[in-house]
Amino acid sequence: MPDISRDEVSHLADLARIDLSEQEIDHLAPQLAVILESVASISDVAADDVPPTSHPLPLTNVFREDVVRPGLTAEEALSGAPVPPEQQRFSVPRILGEEA
Amino acid sequence: MSDLTRRTAAELSDLLAAGETSSVELTETHLARIEAVDGAVHAFLHVDADGALAAARASDERRAGGSSASPLDGVPIAVKDVLVTRGVPTTCGSRILEGWVPPYDATVVRRLRDAGLPILGKTNMDEFAMGSSTEHSAYGPTHNPWDLDRIPGGSGGGSAAAVAAFEAPLAVGTDTGGSIRQPGAVTGTVGVKPTYGGVSRYGLVALANSLDQAGPVTRTVLDAALLHEVIGGHDPLDSTSVDQPVPAVLEAARRGAAGDVSGLRVGVVRELTGDGYQSGVRQRFDEAVQLLVEAGADVVEVSCPSFVHALATYYLILPAEASSNLAKFDAMRYGLRVLPDGVEAPSAEEVMRSSRDRGFGDEVKRRIILGTYALSSGYFDAYYGKAQKVRTLVARDFAAAFEEADVLLSPTAPTTAFRLGEKLDDPVAMYLNDLATIPANLAGVPGISVPGGLAEEDGLPTGVQVLAPAMADDRVYRVGAALEAMLTARWGGPLLDGAPDLTGLTDATGVTA
Repeated sequence: MPDISRDEVSHLADLARIDLSEQEIDHLAPQLAVILESVASISDVAADDVPPTSHPLPLTNVFREDVVRPGLTAEEALSGAPVPPEQQRFSVPRILGEEA
Repeated sequence: MSDLTRRTAAELSDLLAAGETSSVELTETHLARIEAVDGAVHAFLHVDADGALAAARASDERRAGGSSASPLDGVPIAVKDVLVTRGVPTTCGSRILEGWVPPYDATVVRRLRDAGLPILGKTNMDEFAMGSSTEHSAYGPTHNPWDLDRIPGGSGGGSAAAVAAFEAPLAVGTDTGGSIRQPGAVTGTVGVKPTYGGVSRYGLVALANSLDQAGPVTRTVLDAALLHEVIGGHDPLDSTSVDQPVPAVLEAARRGAAGDVSGLRVGVVRELTGDGYQSGVRQRFDEAVQLLVEAGADVVEVSCPSFVHALATYYLILPAEASSNLAKFDAMRYGLRVLPDGVEAPSAEEVMRSSRDRGFGDEVKRRIILGTYALSSGYFDAYYGKAQKVRTLVARDFAAAFEEADVLLSPTAPTTAFRLGEKLDDPVAMYLNDLATIPANLAGVPGISVPGGLAEEDGLPTGVQVLAPAMADDRVYRVGAALEAMLTARWGGPLLDGAPDLTGLTDATGVTA
């Protein structure tokens, strides 16, 4: 299995939307390499015909009756907003870039 | 009556029923104990004295009116800070949720409230339940009541330490790879991971959905069974909840305590003993097995060859699920929002990146990056895909082993409690703590850890783990209670009687507790 480079960690942090500092990347890259090395043993364990398990219980299509049930009020749903809501809406930073 | 804190929940239930104490008295007594020792132990992230006392008064009024909501009505409890509590802060041990007050209750919490248990507060944990030592809490570690310089296990070290330090008679934990059972082992307490789907996950902030399970953290097996009956059972709000009656765990605990294990087939898992297990852990485990033999159980050795790959499998599946779950912390609707330094009019994405950097700790970042890697195109088949196949093999090993044995036994954790800081920056060494507990989560089967005695070399608690097939939770209670009864008789009293008295100790800041 492949090793993990500093550049890869930086790319992954970007995908995961975490601003890692240079220092954090230097610290993380070798640790991730060791972790990946220690999990590499599983690559040859299962034969191709072994089905994957995503979940311990074989459940499919769990439905409920299509009826109204109690939910949060708008005030409750907005109660944890990191900045005060406006007109019963979450206030968020700009979504589009300057060029858009 | 300070000795009320030393009583079991079952005894407190009897005292309440007999009118010899009140819920207010019990709650005040435990709040006082928290006040006295939690500076040194740090089991709690938040103590809700007002809420607990209000619930206690309501319980006493109910009882005065001739009714009670459940056998545990009025008995106080502590709740791991990963279960959301309406009106009471919930942080998951993370800065990203600092100060968040959820607008709803987890089903487990609602059931506790409906059953009349005053909630004393929220217990410390590794951030988002990632860890085996509680050192990854953003709010500082919990200390093991047996030795304050040592870890209380994790991720639910707060819940285990709270019951071990007599700050609460009961607690709720969650177990994704051993986070109820391993803290139980290293603090000399009892922890149960029910069958996956046996206890609702609604309102349990997900670490890894296919592995997480809430369960009892107590000092006795009977208390765990009483609590299991309160929190267990089908919940339409959790689509993975099992729509079957709760196994008869209380009856099984009582039967086991009477010493009835004759004819029971006990399998000792070859792959979960031997090298890598501390000698004192092995010794106490072997003695526990011998006790079961003497009590009439048939002990056989079983082999589960895939278990040696369970740890690696888990450390691919868990980060993969966790990286997806934690994507919801985007700084928009709740939780921490931090604007990046030196950026004028930052975009939502820039705010997200900066908030997640500031809000998440090292271990969470490690696992998010690892999970992102395992799920990324080009690596998916090699990592996550392979891990899912090995998960099938682990489940097949369990199925085969349960053909030969009614329950499986192993030590719960490979070592006793290690020193705080010892493994903090060595993730692989830290992950090894979950060696014996992880297979049960991968397959969804129930497990219990009961105290196995103190290891000879360091005088610290060890744990014995009992595993059973899915929805046969009653078996882990039966065998756990039998072991507890036989071992307690041998010790001449509960193991925790030998733990240090924490009153008068100084806390980390040097202030006398």
